Amino acid sequence: MSVSVRVPTILRTYTGGESEVTAEGATLAEVLDHLDGAYPGIRARVVDESGALRRFVNVYVGNDDVRFLDDLATATPDGTQVSVIPAVAGG
Amino acid sequence: MSASLAERVCPEGLDPAAPSAATPPGTSAATSTTPAPAPGALRPGAFGNAVGLTCRECGHLQDLGPHYACPECFGPLEVAYEFPAVTREQIEAGPRNIWRYQALLPVPTDITESPNTEPGFTRLLQADNLARELGLARLWVKDDSTNPTHSFKDRVVACALSAARELGATTFACPSTGNLANAVAAAGARAGIKTVVFIPSNLEHPKQVNSAVYTEQLVAVNGTYDDVNRLASEIAGEEEGWAFVNVNVRPFYAEGSKTLGYEIAEQLGWRLPDQVVIPVASGSQLTKVDKAFCELIALGLVEAKPYKIYGAQATGCSPVSAAYKDGHEVVRPVKPDTIAKSLAIGNPADGPYVLDICRRTGGAVEDISDDEVREGIILLARTEGIFTETAGGTTVGVLKKLVETGQLDTELETVVINTGMGLKTLDAVSDRVGPAAVIDPSYAAFAATGIS
Repeated sequence: MSVSVRVPTILRTYTGGESEVTAEGATLAEVLDHLDGAYPGIRARVVDESGALRRFVNVYVGNDDVRFLDDLATATPDGTQVSVIPAVAGG
Repeated sequence: MSASLAERVCPEGLDPAAPSAATPPGTSAATSTTPAPAPGALRPGAFGNAVGLTCRECGHLQDLGPHYACPECFGPLEVAYEFPAVTREQIEAGPRNIWRYQALLPVPTDITESPNTEPGFTRLLQADNLARELGLARLWVKDDSTNPTHSFKDRVVACALSAARELGATTFACPSTGNLANAVAAAGARAGIKTVVFIPSNLEHPKQVNSAVYTEQLVAVNGTYDDVNRLASEIAGEEEGWAFVNVNVRPFYAEGSKTLGYEIAEQLGWRLPDQVVIPVASGSQLTKVDKAFCELIALGLVEAKPYKIYGAQATGCSPVSAAYKDGHEVVRPVKPDTIAKSLAIGNPADGPYVLDICRRTGGAVEDISDDEVREGIILLARTEGIFTETAGGTTVGVLKKLVETGQLDTELETVVINTGMGLKTLDAVSDRVGPAAVIDPSYAAFAATGIS
């Protein structure tokens, strides 16, 4: 299961400046684990000490916010795009 | 005395008079003597008395720049200041717009010399008729529909424009539920900077026209505001030289909302009200009004006193109100479905802080139905002659509900903020109001209507 992951600016120090990288995994949790193998430390920036998504990060699988799906257990079918985006909002 | 009360009223870390852990000015990019790599070369005083950006979650500090999320934890960044002594007299001697508070904003001392829309210092109206109708002892309406593009957004955009200019941005942009797009497009036109504004394609027609008239580059996106916002975040990460007012220059932008709090206090004769009702979309405005009150106390510009802050949402997009009522500290995102489109942010980034503030001050977050929003619009118009948009209808309707449910003390002095103009959301009430009679131009026809 290969997926592409869009990396926000503040995490590109981990990916050598790359804005999009590929990773493996059937679920978002597996994708993040796999990413951490390639880019050590990146997982802890997205997931907190308790293992939950950080409060101010939004992760999308395809066009959907994983908080509307199954959070870290959200399935990541082959070819899906995963986007990690800081949570900001304001009319 | 006042300091101890300030500690009780305001949270630690929001006290601007406290010694700051921010980068000493000598080591910041602003005063660096070695050439800074582009685009980090800031002129001295580019951001006024601001000294850095601190993470609201973990306290991590970084230099002033086009940063908006903490590199450690993704938390939102707040502008940190080292304020000099600021007096009422200095402020009162300033222009009759938000720049009278220049010393308290992340903008340079020469801000009035650069073309901008000069928003703010809007009227604070004593609303005796509405107060009587609702059974309140003393009520004021802070009427921000009188800003240059008819919403409070002119305040925040003016601060974002200053940041964009100081950071050397070439494009001024935003994702918007409408009012912000109006404000960005107009401010950009006046400043002579290219604008690109993104809105949900289902936005009210007047709000689309109100942006398109100022810019050739209005982009309507098929999706909700949250989809538009996400797109903007992705564009901000890819395109050089773009200042997205509420994304990558958001810390500076958001500070503009503090001026609502400063003005309310100054217009009340340099004192704080007892209760304030504020609409909640992203939640930023509510948190900044609180920050403004805390700063005024800490700077000795007003006497410290307890105040309660209430948040207002429409039930069709009420994630913060739902979290408040459920006793949660986090906000679960929702898919918005309400006529109050300017409040239709399903994933409000400042929601957790709204919960903190309303609980800390003894206020509440409440929500009302779309019908109650329409009734709120008409109530304010009929009692005070102010035509508000759906967001203001939400705020007035929530005020009414807070009174009826006993959550608001009717004996205390209360302020409601009207954030925008009803002409932008005419459809909301166009089937509720209209001619009482259509008659021939004769006295007999008039007399037959029974109107006297």
